[in-house]
Amino acid sequence: MINKDSRVLLEVRNLRAEVVVDGVRGVEILKGVDLTVRAGEVHAIMGVNGSGKSTFSKVLAGHPEYTVTGGTATFEGRDLLALAAEERARAGLFLAFQYPVEIPGVSNSALLRLAYNTLQNERGLEELDPLEFEDLVLEKIKVVEMDASFLDRSVNEGFSGGEKKRNEILQMAVLEPRLAILDETDSGLDIDALRIVANGVNSLLTADNAVVMVTHYQRLLNYIVPDYVHVMDGGRIVRTGGKELALELEARGYDWVRAAA
Amino acid sequence: MSSAIQNLVNQPYKHGFVTDIETETVPKGLSEDVIRLISKKKNEPEWLLEFRLAAYRHWLTMEEPAWASVSYPRIDFQDIIYFAQPKPKKQLASMDEVDPELRRTFDKLGVPLHEQKLMTGVAVDVIFDSVSVTTTYKAKLAEIGIIFCSFSEAVHEHPELVKQYLGSVVPSGDNFYAALNSAVFTDGSFCFIPKGTKCPMDLSTYFRINTEGSGQFERTLIIAEEGSSVCYLEGCTAPQFDTNQLHAAVVELVALDNADIKYSTVQNWYAGDENGKGGIYNFVTKRGLCKGVNSKISWTQVETGSAITWKYPSCVLLGDNSIGEFYSVALTNHMQQADTGSKMIHLGRNTRSRIISKGISAGRSSNSYRGLVKIGSRATGARNYSQCDSMLIGNSCGANTFPTIDVQNATAQVEHEASTSKIGEDQMFFFAQRGIGSEEAVSMIINGFCKDVFVHLPMEFAVEATKLLGLKLEGSVG
Repeated sequence: MINKDSRVLLEVRNLRAEVVVDGVRGVEILKGVDLTVRAGEVHAIMGVNGSGKSTFSKVLAGHPEYTVTGGTATFEGRDLLALAAEERARAGLFLAFQYPVEIPGVSNSALLRLAYNTLQNERGLEELDPLEFEDLVLEKIKVVEMDASFLDRSVNEGFSGGEKKRNEILQMAVLEPRLAILDETDSGLDIDALRIVANGVNSLLTADNAVVMVTHYQRLLNYIVPDYVHVMDGGRIVRTGGKELALELEARGYDWVRAAA
Repeated sequence: MSSAIQNLVNQPYKHGFVTDIETETVPKGLSEDVIRLISKKKNEPEWLLEFRLAAYRHWLTMEEPAWASVSYPRIDFQDIIYFAQPKPKKQLASMDEVDPELRRTFDKLGVPLHEQKLMTGVAVDVIFDSVSVTTTYKAKLAEIGIIFCSFSEAVHEHPELVKQYLGSVVPSGDNFYAALNSAVFTDGSFCFIPKGTKCPMDLSTYFRINTEGSGQFERTLIIAEEGSSVCYLEGCTAPQFDTNQLHAAVVELVALDNADIKYSTVQNWYAGDENGKGGIYNFVTKRGLCKGVNSKISWTQVETGSAITWKYPSCVLLGDNSIGEFYSVALTNHMQQADTGSKMIHLGRNTRSRIISKGISAGRSSNSYRGLVKIGSRATGARNYSQCDSMLIGNSCGANTFPTIDVQNATAQVEHEASTSKIGEDQMFFFAQRGIGSEEAVSMIINGFCKDVFVHLPMEFAVEATKLLGLKLEGSVG
């Protein structure tokens, strides 16, 4: 929900970034992105393939494949770009991956507990032992309507596409980030899985946190209703509107926005 | 990121100290005279000297094997000390008389010699350079008929058993290094579990090479009679020298009807420095004979040390319905080379075997799995399952798999699976994005990768192995 007085979580100004291949800098993908996200808001970033949407989310999370070449990004008052990827995560920035990786032999619950306890340490709070953590995670898993047996399985190994995405949202539920970036979380989901994922995200939204969804499709936005819709093109946000902008894109395509930009 | 991965694998070797202790050695080099001298020093019976000399004469006719995927300068076998022992101040009457310097060494290594301080339920035989220093819990085990002592002692106390089984699984002329060992072996552990006895505690041998320029040639012989079972653990370390040391051991296991032997190793010999200087050359022959029906031999190994590892713990499945297992984690870093795997020889009917091998390569190391599954013509209904997984860390290491399958019986079922994976940037970024630092991430990925093997280790070994892999990989990821 939009509240102009609420706290700014993320402030991005003129962010530029290049992809790095084998240590060699290459093509500039982000060419001056501006974005402000306040607590309580839901943002959607849309755009054609190659417009820079996914790159933008990875750059914010600190993926080593990209080098920032200009601009600033501030997260809750801290210089985000000065932080290592794990420090950004511990500061409360969460990225739900477009293609979640498999970690053979590492159980979901072991990963979740390590991640959770790392955060507890960061916040100066007590770590949870395996039994205490189990209580917590069994509560959280309801959010994504997953069976408890998923906790004992290796992270994402042998999971269907939909299960992997739900697993990402489970991690989000456990870690309770300030800002969650969902990178094409809706891609590859059938309608039931989409509903479950969206319900999960909605149930986690509060006045203190925010969500940025990167998506190709309007249909996700029927479930998680955005306060702002941004259109990205050529590495910049070229148009910003309300939720109706997504409907207009659905009806008319992107060409008119690109032509206007 | 990959340079950070590299940095994670670089943890100094912590067992690299040398104990300053007076040792008695024989002059460098190998000849019949040296063998006679060793045999004399050990006050051995004539038949054993003959065994050694026959092995030596056979060894002289053999060629050093060159088929393994390892390379190293030619070993000068005349430049090795074949016998070194801490100079005994006097005959030891009890544990308290062990040289205090020696005792400090093992305390430092975490191997307490005091029986009362021992981990509950583990009897330890400690081998320092060429001789067994002490064997704990011996008396208690003897009460139920279990013999657990140094090899030298067994030669004197139980010559009939040694004579019957020595060389019965690994003949003295089996291979180049086994022949060398048979000629010059100095000590080792001997273990005999009588009929129907379940060994009430884990038996353990701890090997330490201390003297520079010395080789260690130990011999282990374990016999499990009908219906008995035993769980055996072996640990190894060595000081850090710039020169290479040779370790050529032979381990023979014999399981009679319905007997069960579980043999676990955590090998952490010195691996040499990051440029490949120094380290142990580890050429070991380990073989178990499932002689009786329904017998079972299970090898579990965690190989993290040595400059070169050449080792293929094997099972000969002679008894009908016998079972052989091999679970292995081999980690190589820097310039280490490992060529390791297993042989499962199915001779009896309905014999089953299982091979699970996990190779982890980092730095500029090379890690090969080499295995043989052979199903003999009479082995009706034999089954084997092999799984060989390799994991690469960084871009400068290598992994190979050389499986050989030889089936002479049409009823056999043999399965082989292999995979190669890499700790990728994406996995590391995933962990980072969940707030988990690179060292913890690598440790978690590696332990996940090795889980199928670690579950077969005794609890305290599993904990040690997990820590060891973490230490070995420190600084190699990032």
